[in-house]
Order: sequence, then structure tokens, then C-alpha cells
Amino acid sequence: MAESAGEMAHEAVEHTQTQGEYIQHHLQFLTFGKDAEGHWGFAHGADAAAEMGFWSFHVDMLGWSIGLGLIFIVIFRSVAKSATSGVPGGFQNFIEWVFEFVETSVKDTFHGTNALITPLALTIFCWVFLMNAMDIVPVDLFPWLAQTISGDPEIAFRVVPTTDPNITMGMSLSIFLLIIFYSIKVKGVGGFLKELAFQPFGPKMLPFNLLIEVPTLLAKPVSLGLRLYGNLYAGELVFLLIALFGAFQLPVHFIWAAFHLLVIPLQAFIFMMLTIVYLSQACEHH
Amino acid sequence: MNINATLLGQMIAFAFFVWFCMRYVWPPLTAALEERQKRIADGLEAADKAGKDLEQAQETISEQLKEAKTQAVGIIDQANRRATQIVEEGKNQGKEEGQRMITGAKAEIEQEINRAKEHLREQVASIAIAGAEKILEASIDEAAHTKITEKLAESL
Repeated sequence: MAESAGEMAHEAVEHTQTQGEYIQHHLQFLTFGKDAEGHWGFAHGADAAAEMGFWSFHVDMLGWSIGLGLIFIVIFRSVAKSATSGVPGGFQNFIEWVFEFVETSVKDTFHGTNALITPLALTIFCWVFLMNAMDIVPVDLFPWLAQTISGDPEIAFRVVPTTDPNITMGMSLSIFLLIIFYSIKVKGVGGFLKELAFQPFGPKMLPFNLLIEVPTLLAKPVSLGLRLYGNLYAGELVFLLIALFGAFQLPVHFIWAAFHLLVIPLQAFIFMMLTIVYLSQACEHH
Repeated sequence: MNINATLLGQMIAFAFFVWFCMRYVWPPLTAALEERQKRIADGLEAADKAGKDLEQAQETISEQLKEAKTQAVGIIDQANRRATQIVEEGKNQGKEEGQRMITGAKAEIEQEINRAKEHLREQVASIAIAGAEKILEASIDEAAHTKITEKLAESL
């Protein structure tokens, strides 16, 4: 049903748009910021959004991201509040299964005690999973709803937060800050710098060491954020391309969606695992 | 791909969700799971203990049963012995009683014989005297004769 709604919207749009424009429009964010004349408002078109510079927000992405985060928080909080040590009910069982899965992943990788890392891993896994799962929603459904509700046929509205590099890099930068924080906390400033400067070739080769270690360190957040973004962005792009097939799109959509059912949890899992690995490296003495 | 303040917004949201999860989701879930683990461990331990207790009880039972059997055998043995003893005693008593009765009877018979003899002796003496009186017709010296007859009777 949702698919056909998307199809309808697509056909409605097709009369006024070329295929390229259709895809371009679907890759635009609902951007809120200060326009060239100094007024705060929503940007019309990709160029206007780009002109707003750094101090602008992707309202659609932040909205979905925070909304999905709240869903995660509310569900887990309600289960945690009523969690019994007796025989768990069906839903508590499921939550506990997720919980134990994350806890086992952390325990296998992260040696030592840290009150932050397991809740962090759980949040990342569930939140990224939910954000990725938005990819399954038909690509035209929410844009069509947004256009209908706002009455603006040109309004840009995207639903998969992890297809926005701002969202993924926001998380990976947070994790990068945690890496730096724990490196300094565990090894001290000197220890952290020594690890950058004196490894792997010893103090005499200091410039080479820096040349290797600094990019290695900086590559962590970049690769972490861009991997998630790239996977989901590519996935969404393929969905958009399939949406252009017209009448034949349904079976193809189904195949790609089935494949994406693997990608969605896998990318969430990879993001979580790499976070754990990076933080365990930060907390270990070499 | 334009980087903008969405990044900062996401970082703040991320920090908030992690903090919330750490503060309000993780502790109660961990507590519930740990408590359940403890309950399961306690349950298993109790089951183990109960099994051991059962084993012990069964051992005690079999021991008591064995003891009871030994006791029963002892009691039966004793009873049998006592029964034989009673029978034996009865037999002995009977024999003794019989012996005594026989002895008594014998003594009585002896006495009876003696008495009969005495009686007979007296009668014989008087018959003899009477006989002698008849023979002699007249009494010569009754006293002397009595002496003779008494001697005669005694010799009988």
C-alpha cells in the first residue's frame, strides 16, 4: 500500500520533472538557516541551501534522528522500568536479547571496566539501526506526505538520517572526542603523545611515526562516519533509481529491500563494533 | 555534501541519548538481569542441595530398614529361644510334679501297708490269745500269757 502511494506521488511528480530532477530533488534536505538577505527560513532549492553556509540545519534529518532516538529511549526506558527478575514477557525478552547481544559484543572486545561503553554501544546499535531502517520506507511516501501537508510541491523532505553525512559524522566525531578523552585519561597527555610520536619505529624516527600515527588516528572518525553514510546513501540512491522504473518497480523494490534488510543491521553492528574497538584501543596501554 | 550545524545538533542529541541510556536504561536492566541470574543460581543450588538431601534421606532409610530387619531377626530368635525354654521348663516341671506325686503315692502306700500290718498284727495277737484261751480253757496267768502273745504278735 505504501509502495503504491509512493508510485502515485512519483507519477504525479513525473509530469513536471525529468528523471534527473526527480533524483536531485529527493537528495535535497529540508534546510533551515539564514538566506542571502539575512532572513531565517527554509531554503528553496539546493543552491539556496548551500548558500546558507555552516549555520543551517537539516530539519528533516535532525527531526527523524531525534524522533527515532526518542523512540529507542522510550521503549527501552519503559521496559527497564518494569523489568522483572522473574520470567520475562515477550517484549522484555526481546529487549533483553538485544541488551545481552550488545553486552556480549562489548565484553568480548573491551577488557576492563567502563560504565560508559556498554550504554554507548547499546545506544549506537539501536539508534543507528532505527535510522537505517527508515530506508525500507518507500522513498516517495514521506516526501509526498510533506508536500501534501505543507502544500508546497517543491518542498524537500528526506527520511533516512544516516544518508546525511552530518548525522553520521556527528556521531563519529563524538566518538572521536571520546577516543581522545579516554586516551588522555588512561595514558596521560604524555602517554598519548608518545603513542603518536614514538611508535611504531621508535623515538629516532619521530617524523615518520607522526606521519603514520596521526592519519591513523584521524582516519578513525572519518572512516567510521563515511562508511555508514556511504552504505546508506548508496542504498537510498538505488531505491530512487528503482522508483524510476515505473510499473516494474515493485518486484525490484522487493529484492533490493530484502537485500537491505541485511545491510541495515549489519551497518549498525559495524558502527557499534568499531566504536568499541576504537575505545578499547584508547583505554589500553601499549 | 555540505557540512553544517546539523552535525552539532546530532552531536548534542547523541550525547543526550547516551547519557539517558547510561543513567536510566542500563542500570535497571542490568539489575534485573543480574538478579535473575542470581535467582537461577540460587534455584540450581537449592535443587542440588535437595538432591543431596534426598540421597542422604534414602541412605538413612535403607540403614534404618537394615537395622530394623536385624532387630526383627533378633527378636524372633529370642522369642523362639524363650518358647523352647518355656516348653522345656514346662516339661521339667511336669516331670518333677509327676515324680513328687509318685513319691507321695509310694509313701502313702507304704503307710497304708504299715497300718494294715499293725492292724493285722493286733488282730492276730488277739486271735491268738483268744485261740490260746480256748485251748487252755482256763486262764493260767493272764499277764504272763499276754506277754507271750504280744511277743508272738510282734514276731509276725
